Amino acid sequence: MSEANAMTGSHTVIRHGRLIDPANGRDEIADLYLAAGRIVAIGNAPADFVVSQEIDAQGLWVLPGLVDLHAQLREPGEKHKASIASETRAAAAAGITTLCCGPDTQPVIDTPAIVELIHSKASNAGMTRVHPLAALTQGLAGDQLSEMHALRQAGCVAMSNGKVPMGNTLVLRRALEYAAGLDIPVMLYAEDPWLGATGCVHEGVVAARLGLPGIPSCAEVIAVGRDLMLIEQTGVRAHFCQLSSARAVELIVAAQQRGITVTADVCAHQLYLTEIDVGQFNSLCHVRPPLRSQRDRDGLRKALADGNINAICSDHQPHDADAKLAPFPTTEPGISALETLLPLTLRLVDESLLTLAQAVAAVSSQPAKILGLDAGTLSLGAMADICIVDPHKYWTVSAQTLRSRGKNTPLLGWEMKGQVSHTLLAGKIVFQQVT
Amino acid sequence: MAIDTLQQDASGKLRHFLTIEGLSRSLLSEILNLAESFLTVDEQHVKKVPLLRGKTIANLFFESSTRTRTTFELAAKRLSADVLNINIQTSATSKGESLLDMLHNLEAMHCDMFIVRHADSGAAHFIARHVAPHVSVINAGDGSHAHPTQGMLDMFTIRRHKGADFNRLRVAIIGDVMHSRVARSQIHALNILGVGELRVIAPKTLVPAAAHALGVHVYHDMARGLADVDVVIMLRLQRERMRGALIPSGSEYFQLYGLNEEMLGLAKADAIVMHPGPINRGIEMDSAVADGKQSVILEQVSNGIAVRMAVMAMCLGRAAEGESA
Repeated sequence: MSEANAMTGSHTVIRHGRLIDPANGRDEIADLYLAAGRIVAIGNAPADFVVSQEIDAQGLWVLPGLVDLHAQLREPGEKHKASIASETRAAAAAGITTLCCGPDTQPVIDTPAIVELIHSKASNAGMTRVHPLAALTQGLAGDQLSEMHALRQAGCVAMSNGKVPMGNTLVLRRALEYAAGLDIPVMLYAEDPWLGATGCVHEGVVAARLGLPGIPSCAEVIAVGRDLMLIEQTGVRAHFCQLSSARAVELIVAAQQRGITVTADVCAHQLYLTEIDVGQFNSLCHVRPPLRSQRDRDGLRKALADGNINAICSDHQPHDADAKLAPFPTTEPGISALETLLPLTLRLVDESLLTLAQAVAAVSSQPAKILGLDAGTLSLGAMADICIVDPHKYWTVSAQTLRSRGKNTPLLGWEMKGQVSHTLLAGKIVFQQVT
Repeated sequence: MAIDTLQQDASGKLRHFLTIEGLSRSLLSEILNLAESFLTVDEQHVKKVPLLRGKTIANLFFESSTRTRTTFELAAKRLSADVLNINIQTSATSKGESLLDMLHNLEAMHCDMFIVRHADSGAAHFIARHVAPHVSVINAGDGSHAHPTQGMLDMFTIRRHKGADFNRLRVAIIGDVMHSRVARSQIHALNILGVGELRVIAPKTLVPAAAHALGVHVYHDMARGLADVDVVIMLRLQRERMRGALIPSGSEYFQLYGLNEEMLGLAKADAIVMHPGPINRGIEMDSAVADGKQSVILEQVSNGIAVRMAVMAMCLGRAAEGESA
């Protein structure tokens, strides 16, 4: 044992914290022992455990490190907006220890070389685990299948066509069939390529008032309907990303009730904001899918509470300031969202929508399960990826408090409750709040 | 309603004129009354008042326009301001200079007011948020959002013909409401002024999905929609709309929604006919109606000068007071 100590560095104990581990039904105050990058004991120290590092978590919550199913890191291709180093540092500060980044980089993630590049930059940064989602079609162009087997061998855990809608239903069918044959999960962003093409806000009262081109809810609903038929036919492991409309969720629930295995997630901001927040052309609310009506928001919330939506993601889209400095329709869509993921999720507990276990599961064990990742739990033997939170600490979202290079969030000025105090990746402290 | 802090100052005076939405009935009446007093300037031998002497006004037209740009220019000159016309299609933004850089350069040349027309909804709001505090912005049309001076000159024209009590009036707006900034401004103005009934008549493809939220009654049948109206407002149908999948053809549109004398007969006998121009004759209306005795279309153009003078004077007048204080 002492040999192992010397080889793997520190033995850490997190003392007196409230362990919240929904995957194991655990919610109790106990000490957590970490060694060799893994969780080795809960409660009592194992024999021969020589503490080399101690974290006092009195009054704090000890959660599994968060798992975010979608965040853009902007690298390769748009380093003027952000980088793998900058955004994984922000992710660590947000308690996120595993994140998936979309294939819509420049170049697109459709070759093993790009996957290796991202893996190597992420591991050099050493802040969080990064899983690149590989392009479902080459160049995301929607006409030729990507080399899914080679991409999986390079380490991709799932395929996705990013936010580029799949217009050709035949190509989509072939892609899902091929992925099903290899048992690779596919993440689907549902948007009809024509109905949403020119829009920049939800087609509703705000679009009518401001004269902005709309994206109707049916752009999402129709795509979900079509995709569900193909999921049923091909038997692919499929997941719907970033749902925005209540009607689309109803279709998914109906499919689940018919026995089709399909999962779904929602962005945290969709659970709070609506089209009304666009106000007088607030470009920080320009986001895709668009902020929809209050009824949609309520439908998403209900589906989450009922367990029909399985995960909450950030859909982090950091931008440079210029990207939002233009007339609304010509600004770039997206919200910088890594650092508001956890507090917005915990706020659902304060609002009595979710239990604490449900909320934590939605950003840890559930998303991990969707992609079959070994993450999101505090099980004995699990990787020691841990997020320690001060649940009573208030902080205000501002350009200064956000660590992401992207300061583009309509939540600027919002007071958040719950602040990450420590983040551990494989037992190593990668973030510690300065108090 | 709370004061819109972007286009009004703390005392409710106009800083910018971006949209009619959210303004009070008394402010709209103030604009109309001031315009009334300027109408006589046109008839004087020397057509000038010295209200804005020494002020520089820049016409920034990112989209081409003849009528609106010219009437703004005339209005500014009659108030004795200096006018700068900047043709943006050939200017720096096409060389990659950002909109904001260009604005800041113009500010450095000590412009006091920007008259802005732009193809994107929200452009005037964007510019107003980023100009120096002493600069006023007047929206001369942004995308499909608003064209508030056109909306006000239409109210001015209606008031001159039908009196100040809008509650007695039934008004119909016919045509492409979906893409019309003019219609949106008219709708806000009419509702603020307390119009009795406001109708929109158009094929479903040219009405916004949530039109009810604008406070209008939607008709798809021209004859039913026109019954007993006091004011008939026709909208221009952009040529490019006829190429997409919005309507099958200009001739079918004219058959269903074109205004001819027979259709106009369904409105009240003393109904007036308006159009923001330029008219597509034979698509939106017959020449017999456009040039007929119920048409007030050319009057709208002349009224535009007085109304624009009023809005400019109110925005810059506030600035002048601020300076002396």
